[in-house]
Amino acid sequence: MSNDIAAGLYIHVPFCIRKCPYCDFYSVTDRSLISDWLTAFRQEVSLYEGRFSSFDSLYIGGGTPTLLNGSQVTAVMESLWSTVSLLPDSEITLETNPDDLTQENLALYRQAGVNRVSVGAQSFHDEELRYLRRRHTARQTKQALSMIRAAGFDNVSVDLMYGIPGQTEDSWIKSLECALSFDPEHLSCYQLTIGEGTVYGEMAAQGRMVPLEEEKERRFFLLTSELLTERGYLHYEVSNFARSESYFSRHNRKYWQHVPYLGLGPSAHSFLNSTRWWNTRSVTEYCQRLAQGGSPLAGEETLSEEQYFLEALYLGLRTREGIDKTLATGHDCILDQLQSAGLVRVTEERIIPTREGLLVADSLPLLFTN
Amino acid sequence: MQNIRNFSIIAHIDHGKSTLADRFIQYTGLIEERQFRDQILDTMDIERERGITIKSQTVTLPYVSRSGQEFELNLIDTPGHVDFTYEVSRALASCEGVLLVIDAAQGVEAQTVANLYMALEHDLTVIPVINKIDLPSADVDRVKEEIENELALDPEEALLCSAKEGIGIEDIFEAIINRIPPPAGTVSNPLKALIFDAHYDSFRGTIISCRIFDGSVRPGETIRLMAQASTHKVEEVGVFLIDRKPRKELSAGEVGYIIAGIKAVSDTRIGDTITIDNRPALKPLAGFKVVTPVVFSSLYPISTDDYHSMVEALEKYKLNDAALVYEKDSSAALGQGFRCGFLGLLHLEIVQERLEREYDQSFLMTVPSVQHEFVMHDGRRVTVDNPLYYPDPASIKSSLEPFIKATILIPERYMGAVMKLCMERRGVNSRFSYPTPGRIEMTFEMPLAEAIVDFYDRLKTITQGYGSFDYELIDYRESDLTKLDFLVNGEKVDALSIIVHQDRARQWAVQVCDRLKEEIPRHQFKIAIQGAIGGKIIARSTVSAFRKDVTAKCYGGDITRKRKLLEKQKKGKKRMKMVGSVLIPQSAFVAVLRSDDEQ
Ligand SMILES: Nc1nc2c(ncn2[C@@H]2O[C@H](COP(=O)(O)OP(=O)(O)OP(=O)(O)O)[C@@H](O)[C@H]2O)c(=O)[nH]1
Ligand code: SF4
Repeated sequence: MSNDIAAGLYIHVPFCIRKCPYCDFYSVTDRSLISDWLTAFRQEVSLYEGRFSSFDSLYIGGGTPTLLNGSQVTAVMESLWSTVSLLPDSEITLETNPDDLTQENLALYRQAGVNRVSVGAQSFHDEELRYLRRRHTARQTKQALSMIRAAGFDNVSVDLMYGIPGQTEDSWIKSLECALSFDPEHLSCYQLTIGEGTVYGEMAAQGRMVPLEEEKERRFFLLTSELLTERGYLHYEVSNFARSESYFSRHNRKYWQHVPYLGLGPSAHSFLNSTRWWNTRSVTEYCQRLAQGGSPLAGEETLSEEQYFLEALYLGLRTREGIDKTLATGHDCILDQLQSAGLVRVTEERIIPTREGLLVADSLPLLFTN
Repeated sequence: MQNIRNFSIIAHIDHGKSTLADRFIQYTGLIEERQFRDQILDTMDIERERGITIKSQTVTLPYVSRSGQEFELNLIDTPGHVDFTYEVSRALASCEGVLLVIDAAQGVEAQTVANLYMALEHDLTVIPVINKIDLPSADVDRVKEEIENELALDPEEALLCSAKEGIGIEDIFEAIINRIPPPAGTVSNPLKALIFDAHYDSFRGTIISCRIFDGSVRPGETIRLMAQASTHKVEEVGVFLIDRKPRKELSAGEVGYIIAGIKAVSDTRIGDTITIDNRPALKPLAGFKVVTPVVFSSLYPISTDDYHSMVEALEKYKLNDAALVYEKDSSAALGQGFRCGFLGLLHLEIVQERLEREYDQSFLMTVPSVQHEFVMHDGRRVTVDNPLYYPDPASIKSSLEPFIKATILIPERYMGAVMKLCMERRGVNSRFSYPTPGRIEMTFEMPLAEAIVDFYDRLKTITQGYGSFDYELIDYRESDLTKLDFLVNGEKVDALSIIVHQDRARQWAVQVCDRLKEEIPRHQFKIAIQGAIGGKIIARSTVSAFRKDVTAKCYGGDITRKRKLLEKQKKGKKRMKMVGSVLIPQSAFVAVLRSDDEQ
């Protein structure tokens, strides 16, 4: 199908110094496994030789990719170049933890081809950072951002988090302002999500942590959107903002538009021609299987038309691009209702969620199914 | 014929009728001990679970008396609830005597009296049996007093037993053969057999249970059902020894079955007389009555895809329950469905449960309705049992609704509360009597409509289970009726419309609006719920919108998970009904029927 559309490539580096209590990404703290992982990774890349025509985005995420030193990142890149073709002008993003960054490794990353840096700042208040059990301080983040700029990166994204217990609207605005003072090209502002299987999830189940009230969640969301829009950012997805269209995350948009992507590393997901598959969520198993010449796959699904449709609705309605009007054929009554409730805008061709609409994006898709 | 006895057991609910029947069967060794299931006569699951007898069944018990004589005792089981009074009456018409079972702890109850009267109407020999004497709370002396005072029977004739422990069973058998007369009748006369039950067997078609009063019948003969005026060729006759046992012939005095290639149970009528086509009886036996439904409700399949499966289920169900009537119905809100008529509330519940359990149907039921009559300005009379067909109010001159005489038996201390309930339900002409010290029998007249939704449950609650309730239809009376509609976001939910008395409209409207508010999940927009008469809104409630549910992240691994969640919700949505832009869960339709105190 989309062999002529360049695909996205994702690499999951499944290591962290310690596990953050809210995090549901797959990672382990045993860093002695890094070299095995690297070997297995090289093996995995080779399995896909010829499967995807070309890529125009690479995203190195995790986990904490900055636990890899410059030469390890270079090794990763080299094994890629030898098997897959990355188009010139590809977007190459590296997810970073502020306290891991030094002038030296930044230079090496840059040399290795990284041209977009995403910084896991989360907050610019030390109490909040401590609550999140992050390793870094606000000062370290500021230093890191200066170093990143100094190293010549001109596409920087900052990750921030709201809805942290104890956080006020004021402290949130201050964090935002602090990030804005570095003029990031891109911002991801996530609401703290209390997920199952996380430390916070358990605490919440025991009643030791209370999720935010609906009204407060709304306030944070709206505040963020309003403030950043006012500063000239485009609110292009529920949690994502960019200074201009050219700074939309090229890689992430592939997830939202059913564009092919290949995910490498434990727990990574891939998608091609309506088929999605994913790797085992275990580094050791990942390494073992590949070492034995096997595949690290843990599962696979091929989307039926109905499933594809449902995803298209869901993914589309999370973005300011919205969905094609034809996806809502036969639901005029609902559309009217949503329009008059100010949740969507309807143009000639598309149905586009408003700011308020993005807030209820999880339940909008069902309104258009039969 | 001298060695035959035909009898029934009658009792107030839970006084032990089924247990006693089981003991009889066990005593006569009809089935081996290990095959014995408790309450063998109640074959249907629901009967077993609820412990009530719905469909009468019959069994022939072989008994050798103390003096060594062999007898055939035909036990004709009778259903025990007001809805099935007519079937009880037909069963009794087939007997010469009854055992009147009275709980040694509970004593005489409303239905003990009602049943006794019915037995006396049929000129039957009554043997009082005091059951459950094993209970520590058994008070035989008090019960004997009640037998004398309330039933005007000779307490010395009462037998004592414990059906549970198997005490006193043989004495009961001896009383049956000694006190109940053998059946009369003349074998040489033309056949007269009374149909007192029929059920459907998927291999044999309709199995008629009947009592032969005169003459005889054998396979090969052509019978005529006199009221039905249909003829059928007899394939098999026999008696019930738990299982059917074919015989060469059934003759005067006997109780048994006839199989005659009759397709549906509804092709036979309980109470009808069977005779031989070419040598017919001159007159049928007395007492044939067409049973008519008094309570109506519509059934809609939860998923519209299931409509056809429901058509089939109803067809099959009907083969076994001639009392259910139904026809197609359709609602703008709920789609294609069925309007059903029931003998009463219990019948409605039983049909509902059996369709769900035995026929695997899932459906919604609308608020039960009675049959109203409207006299139009042009003099026409219109009968309406479905609010969908409520006539144009401008053309109605007067409205009538059915009234019942309700009989309630309660301990005195609940009188105040029950009076209040009776007033709330528009009860009039109440009368009291004191059958025994401490107990009150209240009778009053009230609209049937008030009794069919949540009356018995309320009564049980306010009397802590002590109240018993029985009713009979008396007449139609003029009444100030109106139609009440419900709207969600301006769209009428026609399946919720009801015809109510003016004075009760507001209360009902408020209650339904509140219930809907609880049951309809929040949507992305505000939902206005309104109760309206004509264009006038008389009650309202609002379901506020939810305004945030979006999850923050959505990357590679999140998409499948989220889609699966949506797929699950989508399935859930199938069980909801879309009215305009609002999804109404089926629970909302059930909730409007729910009793206040269940909340
Ligand atoms: N202790 C005791 N309990 C009994 C006796 N007979 C029946 N029961 C119990 O009383 C309850 C009601 O008995 P059933 O035989 O179901 O009563 P029923 O009159 O057939 O009830 P319907 O079928 O509703 O008319 C059951 O829980 C029986 O176990 C008895 O002799 N002693
Ligand atoms: S949030 Fe980042 S650093 Fe923390 S555990 Fe998760 S992947 Fe590791």
